Amino acid sequence: MTAPILTFAQPHPFPGKLIIVEGIDGSGKSTQLLLLQKWLEAQELKVFFTEWNSSALVRETTRRGKKSKSLTPTTFSLLHATDFASRMYHEITPPLKAGMIVLADRYTYTAFARDAVRGVSREWVRKLYNFAIRPDMAFYFKVPMEIAIDRLLGGTRAQLKYYEAGMDMGLSQDVSESFRLFQSRILSEYDKLVDEYGLITMDATQDIETQQNQMRRLVSEALVNYKPKRGTHGKRASVFWRRFAVRESE
Amino acid sequence: MGNVHQYFGDGLPYVNLSDLKGKLIAIEGTDGVGRSTHIEFLQEWLEVQGYGVITTGWTRSNLMSKTIEMAKQGNILDRWSFSLLYATDFADRLEHQIIPALRSGFIVLADRYIYTALARDAVRSGNRDWIRKVFGFAVIPDLVCYLRIDVDTLALRVIETKGINYWESGMDLRLGGDLFDSFKKYQTSLIEEFDKMAEEFQFEVIDARKPPEEIQHSLRSKIQPILTNSRRQSIVVPQPKTAEPPTPDPVSTSPKL
Repeated sequence: MTAPILTFAQPHPFPGKLIIVEGIDGSGKSTQLLLLQKWLEAQELKVFFTEWNSSALVRETTRRGKKSKSLTPTTFSLLHATDFASRMYHEITPPLKAGMIVLADRYTYTAFARDAVRGVSREWVRKLYNFAIRPDMAFYFKVPMEIAIDRLLGGTRAQLKYYEAGMDMGLSQDVSESFRLFQSRILSEYDKLVDEYGLITMDATQDIETQQNQMRRLVSEALVNYKPKRGTHGKRASVFWRRFAVRESE
Repeated sequence: MGNVHQYFGDGLPYVNLSDLKGKLIAIEGTDGVGRSTHIEFLQEWLEVQGYGVITTGWTRSNLMSKTIEMAKQGNILDRWSFSLLYATDFADRLEHQIIPALRSGFIVLADRYIYTALARDAVRSGNRDWIRKVFGFAVIPDLVCYLRIDVDTLALRVIETKGINYWESGMDLRLGGDLFDSFKKYQTSLIEEFDKMAEEFQFEVIDARKPPEEIQHSLRSKIQPILTNSRRQSIVVPQPKTAEPPTPDPVSTSPKL
């Protein structure tokens, strides 16, 4: 029953590839990952996309906790870890074992940076995520504070959200100012993570195309030995498991 | 005041434990050993003596109780999410109930504590390391009473009362061909884990096969000694020069069962 235990410290043994992006809100990482996905799929590679805090069960709980403002740094951290664990099991491991390319928007590093800023122990949060599969490539989109704020305020998201701005930390009553303070602390955590985990730093102030070209070049170099799995043409995988009903317990 | 509370592991860097005046008492044991009944009687007994008491129970947090119910209905299958859901529930109760109550000088009676989660995860994974680190933020209880039972007595008792259920049988692990076999295997492994932890973490082991009155009596005799500190302190308050009223020994009074 006991499977060999993978830890975050070692590379994974699966035929697939795991590529993740990190960066603060407004760094453009999601755009870059989307463009990378388009490019990979255009080459008929099998790609699976997963994003931070997206499992239905946990997202609902996080939403409730945020609404009642009852989340503590530790429950905030544990909820995200639960979401991550669930996605690791249902969304990340199966396609990797099947030999697909898995793209993840945010990964454990988001937790390492954010949770440390919120005040949990840095050692603890690393131990917490020890079950995570180590990515084959981890991109960090580095952007100065001001550019990130401009992008967020002027762009798709008109308002800064309560937790995104770290308003729960009581840094400032003003949302923009709180966002600035909170995200700049996260930036300095990311800088430490770049060294600790060898993240690939991307200059996120450059043009979208320039960044994407650079990213594609690095990814093709990393995929040299990758043996793609070609399944049914044109089908994009989305579900690897189905819910089933079991008896309710106490 | 000789009442130092410590973290189990890495701890919560943003919470100082030095001013926790209350006592944290955990009642552990597998499913169906009668923990909640005994906790009710203990609460009554302590309140009669003038202690403020709050009880807290597994999966009862505001944040998580609904989520865990949903998860048990088949949305979560893996060991990590399973354990992390319990850890989140526990953290919510720790920060919102247990620590504030201890700070205000309450006695906290916990129906199950982290050891339940440690046992369940160890049985599911065969590894004890990760889960212990996850629960590093827990406060070490002043006392852990472990209601110990053998698996045959437990099986009879559970069938007689509420019946064997899916999760108490560890059916997610498919240990046996049917509910009963699975229940026995799962509970045997859990009891083994609890027995190991009883030594490692110095639980007070209480034989849960005895009649309820005797169990309650044993629980009270284990709890009484850790209360005397706080009682003596309350006596230090200057009193008018009258003879002290004779206080009945609470241990010797028979429990109302």
